[in-house]
Amino acid sequence: MSDKKFPAKMTGASRRAFMAGTAAMTASLFLPKSLRAADFPTAEVNTTGLAVTDDTVTIGILHSVTGTMAISETGSVQAEKLAIEQINAQGGILGRKIEYIQEDGASDWPTFAEKARKLLVNDKVASVMGCWTSASRKAVLPVFEQHNGFLYYPTFYEGLEQSPNVIYTGQEATQQIIAGLDWVSETKGAKSFYLLGSDYIWPRTSNKIARKHIENFLPDSKVVGEEYYPLGHTQFNSVINKIRLRKPDVIYAIVVGGSNVAFYKQLKAAGIDPAGESPMVLTISVTEDEIRGIGGENIEGTYACMKYFQSLQNENNLAFVKAFKEMWGEDIVIGDVTQAAYLGPWLWKAAVEKAGSFDVDKVREASPGIEMTTAPEGYVKIHENHHLWSKTRVGRAQADGQYEVVFETAELVEPDPFPEGYQ
Amino acid sequence: MSIASNRLFTRQDIVGFAILAAIIFIVLPLALDSFRLNLFGKYLTYAFVAVGLVLCWGAGGILSLGQGVFFGLGGYCMAMFLKLEASTPENTSIQSTPGIPDFMDWNQLTALPWWWEPFSHLAFALFAVVAVPVIFAFIIGMAMFRRRVGGVYFAIITQAFAAILTILIIGQQGFTGGVNGITDLRTLQGWDIRTEAAKETLYYVNGVLLFICLFIAQFVRKSKLGRLLIAMRDQEDRVRFSGYDVASFKIFIFCLGAAFAGIGGAMFTLQVGFMSPTLVGIVPSIEMVIFCAVGGRLSIIGAVYGALLVNWAKTSLSESFPELWLFGLGGLFIAVVMLFPNGLAGLYADHVAPRINRLLAKSATDATKPDDATRAAAE
Repeated sequence: MSDKKFPAKMTGASRRAFMAGTAAMTASLFLPKSLRAADFPTAEVNTTGLAVTDDTVTIGILHSVTGTMAISETGSVQAEKLAIEQINAQGGILGRKIEYIQEDGASDWPTFAEKARKLLVNDKVASVMGCWTSASRKAVLPVFEQHNGFLYYPTFYEGLEQSPNVIYTGQEATQQIIAGLDWVSETKGAKSFYLLGSDYIWPRTSNKIARKHIENFLPDSKVVGEEYYPLGHTQFNSVINKIRLRKPDVIYAIVVGGSNVAFYKQLKAAGIDPAGESPMVLTISVTEDEIRGIGGENIEGTYACMKYFQSLQNENNLAFVKAFKEMWGEDIVIGDVTQAAYLGPWLWKAAVEKAGSFDVDKVREASPGIEMTTAPEGYVKIHENHHLWSKTRVGRAQADGQYEVVFETAELVEPDPFPEGYQ
Repeated sequence: MSIASNRLFTRQDIVGFAILAAIIFIVLPLALDSFRLNLFGKYLTYAFVAVGLVLCWGAGGILSLGQGVFFGLGGYCMAMFLKLEASTPENTSIQSTPGIPDFMDWNQLTALPWWWEPFSHLAFALFAVVAVPVIFAFIIGMAMFRRRVGGVYFAIITQAFAAILTILIIGQQGFTGGVNGITDLRTLQGWDIRTEAAKETLYYVNGVLLFICLFIAQFVRKSKLGRLLIAMRDQEDRVRFSGYDVASFKIFIFCLGAAFAGIGGAMFTLQVGFMSPTLVGIVPSIEMVIFCAVGGRLSIIGAVYGALLVNWAKTSLSESFPELWLFGLGGLFIAVVMLFPNGLAGLYADHVAPRINRLLAKSATDATKPDDATRAAAE
């Protein structure tokens, strides 16, 4: 509860809060009449007893800020807080300021479930921005469905799920995988693939889709190896030897978290330099955040397939990166998930305004078709299946830890969490 | 610790049990809303483990750092039953193979593994909740105690078991749900366990089961076996030379602790709605020892308070200080160890009980000597 306000230790917090306040006041004078709180009596916009007052609405932020996942989830928390601050500076939602209650999932799935229940039952939050791993999402899902909460989930994930109580702001597996494989096949002429991953549901499902796509949809292409290692594994020498033996065109790596550091260093030490492009390394699990740990010089030349890179050169993204650095420090990096987390509060705002109500049922009904033209990744739209239409991009890792975008799909890719022909 | 009385319950014991019963069955339900009550229900499932640890560690001197294994085995047995009940062909119609748990489908299993089959019967699952942890404990106990492995070595080996089981569960995700655990459990024989009313009922069931375990623990401690355990803890060789089969006693008490932990695990699954490997590994196992240490490793009732206090502190500290709470919790442990080495029960015995006894002695004719009564309380 104490964390409702922005932490005081943040540099320039009071100045910014003051500026945000003034901006909000000014903004409220010019706001279209339809967005003033007075025109939306609480009794009408909140018929289900959520934490909405005449001038505030409370939402939850539920991520790990302690434990092993903290390193990944910190970016999401920062992005969500930034979005909330910006929305408040614009006058909030239906004239109400967003307040938030932050809870720590502590990298522990039962704790996630407990905290989700606390946010929904005790605090009656109007929506929750949160979770990162699939395990934490699976843990909170029954809680959200039972108490009819609404969750904005930011991580790229395996698909095979569609809940009426979740908006998935990251990509599901087909959106992330297929375009990247098509690209290496078409432009680089890759024919043979070695699949490698950490041993849990996301890498396995993703590789299942990748294998089907390679075998059924890419001309003359084949998978020459597929292997999994436990989370946190750091000894990749044996697989690297196999890779050297089978000489695949592409190493398709879905190793997650800290294992990446060992994997890329050992790969380079074994003489397989991704910068040399033979074999190429294509990954869907290394964002700018992970490169910080791996070291840009160790991963330079690797291709990553995701929807967002910090280096995207468009107006929205330049403004986003600037605001993010202003709030959280110059040397921060922004990865794919961080951007997806940033979309959550904005998409919720749009849905609430379209529904004219904070009630979860109405927000859910209003969500499909919601567009966001100011998204840092460009433009996104919510599909009937609660996932986002978005572009898929391929980036090439640079020594400075950033990706250079080398390809993006011309059109938005339709989300398809239950892909036919890939089971 | 001397044995103050051979009676099953001394007056002190009765007072202690009565206070705990009043707290669990009257005070908490009245004072808390259903969300908080459910949380305390969860904390109480850890109390089963802590009570078992008092018997093993406090009384028997067997420090197990692997109680999470037994808690997890009990919990998984329950979860497997609930998962099968939730995976009806109708509920899983979108899968490639309807009728099997969703995580199996994701892992390309096309049929239910044979060893899952029996868990579709409630009777078997309930039996397994106790039997599987006990069989495990029996095997570990046979292997260790017959070879007179004890003390630190035993603690390390139990910890290794916790690590092994976690790796096994995570690695065999097609059969176990892997890192995700077994999630989305809905009904028990058609009874929706997710409703507030069900959670409240489960809380009381949990309380009753805990008291049954406490009575069993009390009985064991007051029996000849209990005295032998303490004798073994303090002078194992003497007991052996007196002709007792030390290993058998140790195996028995270790299995009993495992049975308690298994019941706790099953109740955890029912109340929280899923089971995951994060409850099996080294960290939760050590935490369970901490519950016991904070409560006082010699007092079965203290162990319950320890589990409640530590978990309550965890929840409330993390709610108030989401980014700093671990430091607060660490501070609490250090404070307890530095200031009250015998935990809450020691605190009670050293500071509270003497005062009560003085008052009692002043007002009435109590035959019990204050000193003895104090000691009895500490047990």
